[in-house]
Amino acid sequence: MRYLPHTAEDRAVLLRAIGVSSVDALFKDVPKGKLLPGPVPDLPMHKGELEVERILSALAAKNIPAGSVPSFLGAGAHRHHVPAAVDHLIQRSEFLTSYTPYQPEVSQGTLQMLFEFQTQVALITGMEVANASMYDGATGCAEAVMMANRVTRRSRAVLSGALHPHYRAVTETQARFTDFEVVSAPPAPDGREDLAGMIDKNTSCVVVQNPGFFGHVRDLSPLATACHAAGALLVVVVTEVVSLGAIRAPGAMGADIVVAEGQSIGNGLNFGGPYLGLFAAKEKFVRQMPGRLCGETVDVDGRRGFVLTLSTREQHIRREKATSNICTNAGLCALAFCIHLSLLGEAGFTHMAQLNHAAAVQLAGKLGKVKGVSVTNDTFFNEFTLKLPKPAAQVVDALVEKRVLGGVPVSRLMPGGGLDNLLLVAANETNTEADMDAFTKALSEVLS
Amino acid sequence: MSLKYTKEHEWVRVEDDVATIGITTYAQEQLGDVVFVELPEIDAEVEAGNEFAVVESVKAASEVYSPVGGTVVEVNEDLAAKPGLVNEDAEGEGWFVKIKLADPDELDELMDARAYKAYVDTLS
Amino acid sequence: MSDRSQAHSAGGRPTGGTGDVAPSLSGHRGLSMEEPLLFEQGRTHRSGVDLPPVPKVESKLGGLGRTGEIGLPGLSEPQVIRHFVRLSQKNYAIDSGLYPLGSCTMKHNPRLNEKTARLPGFGDIHPLQPMQTVQGALELIDSLADWLKKLTGLPAIAMSPAAGAHGELCGLMTIRAAHEAKGDPRKRIVVPDSAHGTNPATAVLCGYTVDPVPSNERGRIDLAALKAKLGPDVAAIMLTNPNTCGLFENEILEIAEAVHAVGAYFYCDGANFNAIVGKVRPGELGIDAMHMNLHKTFSTPHGGGGPGSGPVVLSAALAPFAPLPHVVHGPQGFRLIENPDDQVNGTKAFGRMKTFHGQMGMFVRALTYILSHGADGLRQVAEDAVLNANYILAQLQDDLSPAFPGPCMHEVLFDDRFLKDTNVTTLDYAKALIDEGFHPMTVYFPLVVHGALLTEPTESESRGSLDVFIETLRGLAKAAKAGEEDRFHQAPRFTPRRRLDETRAARSPVLRWRPAAPAEAAE
Repeated sequence: MRYLPHTAEDRAVLLRAIGVSSVDALFKDVPKGKLLPGPVPDLPMHKGELEVERILSALAAKNIPAGSVPSFLGAGAHRHHVPAAVDHLIQRSEFLTSYTPYQPEVSQGTLQMLFEFQTQVALITGMEVANASMYDGATGCAEAVMMANRVTRRSRAVLSGALHPHYRAVTETQARFTDFEVVSAPPAPDGREDLAGMIDKNTSCVVVQNPGFFGHVRDLSPLATACHAAGALLVVVVTEVVSLGAIRAPGAMGADIVVAEGQSIGNGLNFGGPYLGLFAAKEKFVRQMPGRLCGETVDVDGRRGFVLTLSTREQHIRREKATSNICTNAGLCALAFCIHLSLLGEAGFTHMAQLNHAAAVQLAGKLGKVKGVSVTNDTFFNEFTLKLPKPAAQVVDALVEKRVLGGVPVSRLMPGGGLDNLLLVAANETNTEADMDAFTKALSEVLS
Repeated sequence: MSLKYTKEHEWVRVEDDVATIGITTYAQEQLGDVVFVELPEIDAEVEAGNEFAVVESVKAASEVYSPVGGTVVEVNEDLAAKPGLVNEDAEGEGWFVKIKLADPDELDELMDARAYKAYVDTLS
Repeated sequence: MSDRSQAHSAGGRPTGGTGDVAPSLSGHRGLSMEEPLLFEQGRTHRSGVDLPPVPKVESKLGGLGRTGEIGLPGLSEPQVIRHFVRLSQKNYAIDSGLYPLGSCTMKHNPRLNEKTARLPGFGDIHPLQPMQTVQGALELIDSLADWLKKLTGLPAIAMSPAAGAHGELCGLMTIRAAHEAKGDPRKRIVVPDSAHGTNPATAVLCGYTVDPVPSNERGRIDLAALKAKLGPDVAAIMLTNPNTCGLFENEILEIAEAVHAVGAYFYCDGANFNAIVGKVRPGELGIDAMHMNLHKTFSTPHGGGGPGSGPVVLSAALAPFAPLPHVVHGPQGFRLIENPDDQVNGTKAFGRMKTFHGQMGMFVRALTYILSHGADGLRQVAEDAVLNANYILAQLQDDLSPAFPGPCMHEVLFDDRFLKDTNVTTLDYAKALIDEGFHPMTVYFPLVVHGALLTEPTESESRGSLDVFIETLRGLAKAAKAGEEDRFHQAPRFTPRRRLDETRAARSPVLRWRPAAPAEAAE
């Protein structure tokens, strides 16, 4: 077994040193009859690297990689170009095979990176502080609502109808068990809804996504004003973090907490995970934040260094009174984000965002000319909603036959709402003009 | 009057009907460097024996229980910027809150300095 | 006042400095490079990527375009590479040495796992692609699920939780949903005092109160005390097995019987499943739900703190309540059930844990590890992990102070009695170990013993490596007893940074870089 260093002789030496005759003697606390006499039945035995690779490759070959065909899917996960340097660096042993930096003297690499990551997240969201990451955007959203409940000592959250349905479902699930109230506005495919009118005296926060699930870009300043007048917080969700390079930052529009899905920067699609939750807030709320925080300090020689700090918020110290039960976060995904954003820099990040927007505008122009198809959005960043003359799920299936991954049917995430003919379409720097033309042609054929 | 003490290592000093409350010198030594103190709001109602504050060191968070019941009339605002006051002068500048006493008889339950010292001696 | 942790005796403000080495002119020390922050190096208009010009289009941003600078630094690719390589060199890693961090299971991470996870057919598929285009991905999830169910002897599984604590949350939500279906969610969760902090924190997130039960002098849960806590309002017990003292709960069948007798469920924290994988099936011990940390037992990399993955196996009684999505198999191939109204076979999912379907990248790595080992190799993994921990215990029982008599399982717990009267603390001892080239063990956890040193070698260590480690631990114990205080109080001396002032970090938190000028750069 290539991963196990012991030889039979080693094992015998160790057993002798311990003073037992067999390894099963070390399992003597297992109740009688419950220790298996041999390998678990009905399972295969060990295999060499070549054999395992063959099995996995065969499974992988049954899937159509998004990069192998013209692909226009978004809805909370985006395929961007990630520079080769990112994957190289995150595979360095010292990053890949280290643990949470509990011993700061031998973890300054991870800690300095987290400090830089927190700064990057704070800057792009326009917020004062950010944590060292959450599992993903949706779990971050539920945590943000619970944080708002703690800050305001209230227990009712208002969710926008343009919030990603999985974010809503995760938040509602948490609400059901932790016992707070969630009120959701109906789906808002036209981007218009009166959230301010839904705030009451017990409302801890309003959660709104920008750009919205249907793609609209909104000015959240009036909503922020309404929230603050009522003593509630504004939680802004961003599912496509590249948008922050082009549109006004949530912090500049009055957000109190910003949660985002950070996958777009540095991280691949991976069929939905692992992804990376970004979590930023106003500094005055920092002691109510969930998750790890890295802070600057000095060592005994007076040199700058970094440590995990404000740990008394966390489960390993506060136990049942912790702000959250989170322990592991998304460290390596945060590293990938940090490296990619470092490569982009201010100029690259804003440029990439403009390319995304231009690609989407171009694609919307092309698809909007297909007979029977209309673009429903007045505003959008890199994703918009098409109204089709027939159910989008059928159209997407037919597009697969023409080797095009043509977007996400709204009905897949919002079934039964009379939204069957709506299709979410995303475009970005990875889509060539030829991809867009292939999609447009295929769509015309499918609808004719 | 002189200070009175609890077994949970809080002290109380009463002037007129207002009790000033903090944690003892022994308690701060056990905690190590205090980094944050979470205090109640003014006008909060506190019951004897109930948690009213949390004191945090780098790697511990401890509840502080009120020796007496009453209404919070003042909190030590200086602790926000200088939590180290709890270490430097636990039974003076490092006080936590002032409470308007609901029932002065509750003071009779508490230890005097000599009894508290004897109690602490049994702990080490 | 009540302390929640004894760890405070370790934290706080370090004292003293050595200053016994003349500093270099550059600040670097040979291969140990000082590295400024990204923000102290970049120039706004430089970039490490080349992008094509932006086509002229009519903006659809509705007048909400960003104005002003974000404040991100710009660096070229070689500068970025050098920055992160230098940072990486300040980290300890399993690939560089023994990493005995108890209960974290720092075992070897095979590189084949990284290769398979990056196959475009796994790494480059969108979670919402039409299901006919991702049949291999769904089959992989189903295969991994099948392995995990067979290894644990439990009939159902929820794959989506993102980490161990998230799996605990999933398990308790499932349990609460099952109780609610019977009309009474119940009130309490019984948790041993030796439990990982996530257990009580999770119970509270599920709307329960936490009722702690003490450990006995043998480091196991006190069965009589547990029985006294049980009643009709107890929803579940959360028990880690093997437990956080590194011991198998030998009365587990009696525990399960007592828990079931009051209609409660038995949740097992499977963080330490690596000690018994292939040797014991938890389903045969009366367990109703258990999460597994794929990053522990099945070697997906810890990555400096994640990502993890925490699938939860479930008994037949709990299975119908598992969260969405579910993978099902039918005539059309594999299919994801993603919405409540699409449920089949009478399932009543309690809700959803995260975006999309789970940590697919971790699933690929874990299945690769599992196929490499097979049923026989996984059994050997558990045996070697237990063997190595017991070897350390046997070799050091006279030099250090084992908290409990052996045999232990995959990790051995020492307390600080061996440091009595030495003026050296557990923390000092751990820091001295850093100077010897090792990552310290887990210190001050579990809380049930004083000055805990929880030591987990894993199956990845050779006999030679164990012997060097043992000699070092013994040598340090002798040095402490011999009064070599400086060796401990000055430690670590040879690291990129020496002991850090955690008090300062917590009293006035600096959580991000800010430009020297007072102007706020972000817009």
